[in-house]
Formats: sequence, structure tokens, C-alpha cells
Amino acid sequence: MTLVGWVQVLVFFALIVAVTKPLGVFMHRVFETGEAPLGRFLGRIENSIYKLFGVDPKREQDWKEYCFALLAFSALGVLVTYGIERLQGHLPFNPQHFPGVPQELAFNTAGSFVTNTNWQSYSGESTMSYLTQMAGLAWHNFTSAASGIAVALCLARGFTRRGGPAGPKTLGNFWVDLNRSILYVLLPLSFLFALVLVSQGVIQNLKPYLDVTTLEGAKQTLTLGPVASQEAIKQLGTNGGGFFNANAAHPFENPTPFTNLISLFLIFAIPAGLTYTYGRMAKDSKQGWILFAAMSFLFFAGLVVCYHAEAGGNSAFAGLPLQQTLGNMEGKEARFGVAASTLYATVTTDASCGAVNAMHDSFTALGGLVPLVNIELSEVVFGGVGAGLYGMLIFVVLSVFIAGLMVGRTPEYLGKKVEAKDIQLATLYILVFPIIILGFAAWAAVSAMGVSSLNNNGAHGLSEILYAFSSAAGNNGSAFAGLNANTPFWNIALGISMLAGRFLMIVPALGIAGAMVAKKVVAPSLGTFPTNGPLFAFLLVSVILIVGALTFFPALSLGPIVDHFQSLQGKVF
Amino acid sequence: MSSKAQTVSLFDRDITRRAIGESFRKLSPRMVAKNPVMFVVEVGSALTTVLFLRDILLHPAGHAPIWFTGAVSLWLWFTVLFANFAEAVAEGRGKAQAETLRKMRKETLARRLVGGKLEGKEEEIPSSSLRKGDLVVVEANQLVPGDGEIIEGIASVDESAITGESAPVIRESGGDRSAVTGGTKVLSDRIVIRIVSDPGESFLDRMIALVEGAARQKTPNEIALHILLVGLTIVFLLACVTLIPLAKYSSLTLSVTAIVALLVCLIPTTIGGLLSAIGIAGMDRLLKKNVIATSGRAVEAAGDVDTLLLDKTGTITHGNRMASEFLPLPEVRIEMLAEAALLASLADETPEGRSIVLLANEKYAIPANAPGASTGTFVPFTAQTRMSGLDFGGRSIRKGAVDSIGKYVIALGGRVPAELGELAARIGDSGGTPLAVADGSRVLGIIHLKDVVKAGIRERFKRFHAMGIRTVMITGDNPRTAAAIAREAGVDDFLAEATPEAKMRLIKDEQAKGKLVAMTGDGTNDAPALAQADVGVAMNSGTQAAKEAGNMVDLDSNPTKLLEIVEVGKQLLMTRGTLTTFSIANDVAKYFAILPAMFVPVFPEIAPLNVMHLASPYSAILSAVVFNALIIVLLIPLALKGVRYRPLGAAAILRRSLLIYGVGGVVAPFVGIKLVDLALEALHLV
Repeated sequence: MTLVGWVQVLVFFALIVAVTKPLGVFMHRVFETGEAPLGRFLGRIENSIYKLFGVDPKREQDWKEYCFALLAFSALGVLVTYGIERLQGHLPFNPQHFPGVPQELAFNTAGSFVTNTNWQSYSGESTMSYLTQMAGLAWHNFTSAASGIAVALCLARGFTRRGGPAGPKTLGNFWVDLNRSILYVLLPLSFLFALVLVSQGVIQNLKPYLDVTTLEGAKQTLTLGPVASQEAIKQLGTNGGGFFNANAAHPFENPTPFTNLISLFLIFAIPAGLTYTYGRMAKDSKQGWILFAAMSFLFFAGLVVCYHAEAGGNSAFAGLPLQQTLGNMEGKEARFGVAASTLYATVTTDASCGAVNAMHDSFTALGGLVPLVNIELSEVVFGGVGAGLYGMLIFVVLSVFIAGLMVGRTPEYLGKKVEAKDIQLATLYILVFPIIILGFAAWAAVSAMGVSSLNNNGAHGLSEILYAFSSAAGNNGSAFAGLNANTPFWNIALGISMLAGRFLMIVPALGIAGAMVAKKVVAPSLGTFPTNGPLFAFLLVSVILIVGALTFFPALSLGPIVDHFQSLQGKVF
Repeated sequence: MSSKAQTVSLFDRDITRRAIGESFRKLSPRMVAKNPVMFVVEVGSALTTVLFLRDILLHPAGHAPIWFTGAVSLWLWFTVLFANFAEAVAEGRGKAQAETLRKMRKETLARRLVGGKLEGKEEEIPSSSLRKGDLVVVEANQLVPGDGEIIEGIASVDESAITGESAPVIRESGGDRSAVTGGTKVLSDRIVIRIVSDPGESFLDRMIALVEGAARQKTPNEIALHILLVGLTIVFLLACVTLIPLAKYSSLTLSVTAIVALLVCLIPTTIGGLLSAIGIAGMDRLLKKNVIATSGRAVEAAGDVDTLLLDKTGTITHGNRMASEFLPLPEVRIEMLAEAALLASLADETPEGRSIVLLANEKYAIPANAPGASTGTFVPFTAQTRMSGLDFGGRSIRKGAVDSIGKYVIALGGRVPAELGELAARIGDSGGTPLAVADGSRVLGIIHLKDVVKAGIRERFKRFHAMGIRTVMITGDNPRTAAAIAREAGVDDFLAEATPEAKMRLIKDEQAKGKLVAMTGDGTNDAPALAQADVGVAMNSGTQAAKEAGNMVDLDSNPTKLLEIVEVGKQLLMTRGTLTTFSIANDVAKYFAILPAMFVPVFPEIAPLNVMHLASPYSAILSAVVFNALIIVLLIPLALKGVRYRPLGAAAILRRSLLIYGVGGVVAPFVGIKLVDLALEALHLV
């Protein structure tokens, strides 16, 4: 680990700390106070959209209506995308004359983009038509991110609205939250940052591919396209689906350390800002900062392990006449080095983004363990836009419950009692991950359909399987690489994982919102455990780590952990 | 607690013996199935037993050694037995407690009035067949056959069977002292009682069922915890079951015994096994404090109380004004005043009069049998004179209201010194009552009468305060007096000139602010407020209406008992919370014991994960299972006694608990498993 490396980390984190409050205040204004920024111009667009779809923005929904609207919207998204993919051969904007996408792949891809996962079993430039890319996929970069924000807002309202049993049980309007997320937050910011990226050399054109002759005289085709505009929303919405197969390792997507820094900043910006928005909604900004602190702790813990493992180099090279002063450079871009690559890997898996600027498969066993564990902690370390906050709030419910019992008082959070029904829903939420990840991984590990796609055997192969299902269930979308996922088995299994990992978790989260909003607000006293202090952050982190670690440690110990000990002894696959 | 309270030692031999038998009886799958966590253990035990028998009979190759399967199976059975034992001990202790209650419910012959009419004929029926609404006659030296309300007559009743208080109490029809409890003894006179509960439904019956665990309904927090524990069990079930195919991928065949061992060690057996024992023990502790609760829910709610309403009279103060000091006028010796005050009160049988005699006697050593005093003439108090006193040996000593004494001495040619008014005003300001004393035409000084705050009450309120509970004193006094007493007693707030309506309004206001309100009461006019309050503790001496309205009855009729009730409620939650934390924290060490042991045959490189350096893979797994079983037994005392509650404030308590049970829970099994491993090795068992 180097000083320069840590300076990069700290500059990045300082930017996140700096943006949290202003962005949080901005989003609070957009979603809660009703005073829209740029109201004249965007407000007119907003209202005409409501008029077009017959939505009454003043009418709020209870949790069931809200949930139904979200599920219906998402289901429609899956169907339309699936349809476009299947029919692209007959549709316009298909100059390469790609045929319809095979059904399993079409299902997988539709699920992938609707769930904000952006897992790509295919290679975009040779499978999808321009229409599919734009109307089918890019659309979801905005809407899936906006849906995540909507769920987070809904749950936050459940905790912070204090109407009591007699008050309204409504939690906002899904269509309004969706519309405003896109119109006021995602579109303006991605537009702004696309310009910044262009200024740094990220390409943005509609030109045909370029054939060039290199200095050595070899012929090379340069793929081009409108990259910068895709790149901004890919990071900002924690989508992660790359324009090119190499994703953010590609020099046209991520040319310089500065664009790398901007990308990282965009990934964490909204999740961090939402913690502040939440604090505002709770009328106690400390409540938001404490979530931010717990997330930051987990972020640094993962980063230190990953960076340390990668900086230490590959133990397989020990004794060979090789210089490893730069650390384990296999699969990493020379322009980023170990520090920026491990930082990227940590951030992208913390935040369920899934963009990569280095190949996680080539990380050391321990270095690769960190992204995997990050995902398996339920993507709450800042997390996907919205998903991070609502996931964190579920863990808050569990932590508050344990803490309440320990201090001898019926647990309460923000004055609302945590009762059997809430624990039931929170338990359902945390059960989704082990069921999907362990269930499917166990199946894939012993079935020919699963194992035949593996690039490596042994423990490293198992890591690939675990990573694929974790990435899908966590709606991350990054791949460990080394796994050929474009087979019917993998496409369907991963497609189901992505849908379950998104919606089976959203429904209980919204259920908790519905239960919480109707609760009586109890006054705090000396006997009430404060949830805005460091002790609570500590407890929260412990609960997250314990739930995550206890669930996945046995499986991980057969994968990356065995891998680690074996590679220490020079055994490779 | 009262004199009859017998404390059952933690592991009373009788109870233990019976509990051991019970533990086996409770192995019945139907009973274990109520507890999903232990049910998983039992299924695992059965499974490994089958494997053990198969191995003995068939000697199949390639499986774990027979002794290993046998030992794991045995210890898994022990795990279930230990959990059953914990529950059985708790129930046994409850039963022992209930036995004393049951003794009061002796089968007696009741003299029922035929047709429920006062003038009806008497018939003798067994007390157990009395129904609600029956009228029975009880005379001196007979036992009251059941809970009821006196509708005719007055009697002195010996309630020592339930309260331990040997002095008889007066119970009479009408008013707030009309309730009698079954099993108490009428000492004098004849009363007619209307029975208020059907057989098996009295407070006593309900409490007996609660402490015996029979009718124990899970409390709200217990249900929530139960759900969480089941959820965790499913998580671990998934983690362990999927490990088989995942290991198969790595060409590693895991023995079913090892997987079952891992599963049992990971699921929260510690808290799962002790959960019902904790609940039963909580009710038992409450009963030991002579409080009967109608439900566990009420006890849990007591732990959450924010505001406590207490009647001033009888709770905070003794209820009678008592002499607290003598204030002589200038140039009067204090002993002179004390003597005169004593003489004036010698024949005064009111509590005030007696307190004056007592004060003069104890503080100033004035003999109560002054020579000649008995020959004097007692002048009784009348509403006209508002004075009382004694004439003897030519002296006429008077005590009374300040203005009456003033008029009295002026009439005798004396004068009223200006200082008298000042002294009187000062006492009035402090909430007390001044009583002037005159010897003939000379005013000697003033007796300060005041509502005396009970000894130790201030300390109790300090504890409430430290717990975060706001105390509010309810009194009919004027605000000035109320404020003075409130200050002296250390309550946080007071409601002066209170009417039942004002009391009700106060409760509703507090509840509207999101607070949980507890109150104590005994009168019929308290009943609506008792019902409205979240926790209503009725005094056993109170009316039936009050008892029905509240959700607890204090047999000792001690209103400050609420402090103990709150502590029991908090202890109940804390014990569950800390043991849950401990149970889950234990898993870390168990992973480090079992996983390396399971994987090391195929992946010898993983040996460094065996951080405890356990002797062999089999020893490692067995040690973890043994530790997991033993920890249940070791924690039974804690589960029964409850975690100690300290009024520290929530953050401080949590910090402590996290340190002891969280960090301790991570560390303890590393030590424990290593010790078991060393023991197994030393005994050459592995």
C-alpha cells in the first residue's frame, strides 16, 4: 500500500462526505417539500407527464397500492424489454441485422435491467440492436434506479411520518416519486457529468467503427459510440452495465484516473446523499449521519483488506525472478494501478453498481473475497440507489430489536415500536439472500449444467459460482469473469435470482413501511435507547457483519478462503 | 417481601429430581415441536442415532468412526434434555411457589345462601363448586371459601395466608375495603360475601397457571424474538444443507453427523433452549414479590412504563398529619412547650394527638405519665372551640387552631405575641399545619403538624428517576401543600386538588404524548383510571371493581411495589436480549472449531484456520457440540434469576451488555471449546 494510493482513497471519500449534505438537502426538497428546483421548466414537463398518464400527483397511496404500482411498472418493463429483444430482427434501428435474442438470454437481460442489476450474459456489440440498447436497456438505467429511490423514500416515510394510528396510512405516490427521481435528480446530474466525462476524453459520437493501422502496422477496428451519456447514468444509477465488454477498464469509457475518480464519486453520491435526506425526514440529521458512519466503516474495512491483499502481490510468484513492487497487477489497468482498482472494486460491490475497471477474477483470493462479501452483506454499504438505504433500514430494525431487548424495553425506532410483524417481515427480507445464493450455488455446483460453464475448477471455480449468484441476487451485475453465463441454465437461474433478489426484498420492505406509518409514536425517555450515537452504529455494523458472515462463511470457506490458503502454499488453478 | 415468603433455592433437590424426570417426558416430539429451534436439534439427534445404529449393525466403510457418531448423538440428546431441564426447573420452581398459593385454596365447606337471597336458607356445599354470584355466609374462625365482595356486615380478617402480615384487617361492606380473598380467615363477626369468580378463574388460579407454565401465553416481545430465532434457524439450515453439494463439488464428502453437529452448534440453541424458562421464571419472580399478574403481557408492559401516577395518601405519606417539631415562642424553653403539648394530647386518641405525645416523649424525654395528669379533666375537641386540652392541678393546657388559641388567651387576659403569627405563616407556607399551645393565658409556641413522607420513599423515587420514569403525585390537597410534599418526597410532578376526572384526563394526556402510564389504586372510583392506564396495579385490600379493572394485584397492598414490577418487566426483556446476543456471538468460535475440522481431510492447507489448535478433527467437532450443550446448563441460573437490572439509562446498559454478552459471547466459546478439547484429550476419549 502506498501513500499515493491512500491519498486517492481519501480524496474520493472527502468528495463523498462533501456531497452528502447538499445532495441530501436537494433530494429532500425534490421529494418531500414539494418545491421543485427549476420548477418553471421541469415542473411543466412533470405536470404534462402526469396529465398524459392520468396520474393525480396529489393523491397518495398506501403501502399496498404503492407496492402494486411498483410491481406492475416493473412487470411491464420486463415484458416490453423481452418483447423488443425477441423481435429486434423485425424492428427498425438494426443496421447490423442482428436476429432476435434467444429466449433465455432475453429473459435474463430483461430481468437484469429492470432490477438495476445490469448483469450482461451477452456481448452488447454483437447481440443487441441499437433499438434494444436504447429503448429496451438504457431506459431501465433511469427507471430501475428511480424505483430504488422510490422504495427507500416509501420506507423512510413509514418510519418518519408521525400520524399515528388515526393519521393517514399513505406513504406517497409511486408515480410521483418515480417521475421526480428521473426528472430532477437522475437526468440533470447525468447530463452534467456526461459533459464532464466528454471533456476528459470519453467518447460521444454516432460514427461508424474506425479501422486504423497501428504503429506496428497491424490493423485494428476501434469501436465507437455515444459512450459518455451512457457512462454517467451507469454510475449515477448504480447500474453498471458497460457500453463495451471491458466496461470501465476500457480507455474510451474510463480514460484517466480523473474519470475514474468521477465514476467512483457518481456511484456513491446518491446513496450517500439519501442518508442525509433520511436524516432530514426524521428531523434529526444525526439519524442519517449514523447510517452514513456505519456504511463508511464497512466500506473502509473492506477496502483495507482488499487493498492490502492486492498490494501484497501474488504469492504464486514468490521465489520467481519477478518484481511485484506494484502489487498484483494481473487483470488490472496500468493507468489505474492497484489502489484505484481495489478502490473501484470495493465501491462497485458496496454500491451494487457492478461496473468494473479491473477483473475481479484475477484478484488474489483474499482480494476477490472482499467484493464477494460486500455483495453478500446485502448491498447496504451505501448500496444501490435507494436499495442501500432501505436495506440498511431493515438491518436497523433488527439492531433496534436486539438493542431494545438488551436494555429492557420494548424496542422502538424513531418513537415507533418494533413488533412481531416487523420482525417477521425483516426476517423474510434477510432470508431471501441465503435461499437464492446458497440454493442456486449448491445446485450449480453439483449439476453438469452448472459446472460446464466454469473456466476454473477447484475452489476458484466455486468462487465463480458463488460470485455469479451473489452478484445476481444482490443486483450488483459485476461478474467474477471466468464463467460462461450465456447458457440456458445460467441465464434462467441468474434471471430468477435477480428478480427474486429485487422484488422479494422490496415487498417486505414496503410491508414494514406500511406497518410503521400506522404506529403510535411513543415519547423517548431515559430508558429509550438512542439510535443516533456511535454505540448504535457499532451495533448496526455488528448485526450486518454477523448476519452476513454467519450465513455465508461455510460456503465462502470452501471457495475464496480455501483458495487463499492454497495459494499461500503455491497451489493454483 | 412478607414473612411467609420462602425462597426456593436455585436448585432445590426436590425440584431438581422432578425436573430430571420431566426433561425426559418433554422429549416427546409433540412437546418439542412448540420450540422450532429445539425441534431441529431433536431431529438431528434422532438422525445421528439412526446413523449410529446403522454403523454398529452394518459397519459400512468410508464413514466417520462409530464412537464419534455415537458421542455426537449422545450429546445432541443431552442438548435437548438440558433445554427441557431448564424449562422443567423453571416450572418446578413456579409450582413450588404456586403450592403455597394453592394451600390457601383449601377445600372447605361453604355456607351458601339458597337462591342467592340474603334471607335465604343456608346449605353446605364444597367451596370448589361455588359459582360467580353465589352468596355465602362466613363467621368467626371460618375460612373465606372464595374471592368475593362483602355485601353485608363487617369483620376483622386474618390475611396472613396471602400477605404474611399477621395483624388482622377490617373488611366491611360498601366502600373501598369490601374485598375478601379466598383462603383468608374471618376472626370476628359475621359477613355475607358475593362470590366474584367461577372455580378455576380467580386471580389465584390464573397466577398459578401462569407460574406453572401451563397457561403461559407468549408475550409480544417473546413472539417477535421467537420469529427471529426461527428465521435464524432457517438461515443456518440453508447454510448447512447447501454445504453438502458445495463440498461435493470440491470432492469432499461430508458426513451427515458432522453437518448435523455444525447445524446444531450454529442455530441459537442457547436462547432457544432457555426462552421459555426465562418467561416462566419472570412470572415466578413477580409472584415472589407477592404480585399477581393476569398476563405476561402486563409484566412486559411494566418494563416500558414512562409515567407513574401515585396517590399521595397512603403511598407517599402516611396519610395522617403528624407532629414533626415544636416551635417555641421567644423566651419559652422548648421542653416547656413539649411538656405542655404532651399534656394537652395525653387523652387525645387521634393519630395527631398520639404523634404529639410520641414526639415529646422520644425527642425531649418528657414522661408520658406525668404525675397527677391522670386525675385531670380532659377537654375534648369540638367544632366550636376547635381546641382540646387538659385541666389539672390548677393548670388549663390547650392546643388548637392558632386563631382559636389566640381568642382563648385574650379571653383569659393574656396577649398574642406577634411572633406566633409569623411562625404559623411559615408552617403554612411549607405545606404544614400549625397548632398553637397555651398554658393558661400564656401562649407557649406552635406544634408543626405535617403530612409525613414515608421513610425511604425519596430513595425509591430516585431509582424511578434513574430508570427514566417520571413520577406524578396525585393529591386532593391545595397546590401549595402538594408542592411542598412533592418537593420533600422527590416526585417529578404533582396533580393537586385532583378529582377522578382530572386523574383520568392526566392519564389520557400522557398517553396521547406517547407515554405508557402505570398507576396504583384501590377504590372503586379508581377503577376507570386503572383500566385506562397501561399498567394498573390494584391493591389486594381494595374493591373488587378496582381489582377487575387493573391488570395486576399486589397482595401486600404496597403501592410502591411498582418499582419492583417495573424491574421484573425489564429483567425479563434484558435476559432474553442478552442471551440472544450471547447465543449468536458464540457462533463465531464454533465456525472456527468445526469448519476446519470438516474440510481439512481434502484441504490440508486450511489447517491455520484451526486457531484453537484442537487435537483432531473429530475432537474439534465433538468439543463444539459438548460446549454447546453444557452452556445451556451453565446459563440456567442466569435464565432463572434474570440479568441484574441497574438503573443506569439505556445507553449505559447497552454498552455493558454488549461488552459482557456480545464480546464475552465471542470469546467464551473459544476458551470453552479448547477446555473441552483438552479434557477429552486428557481422558483419551479422542
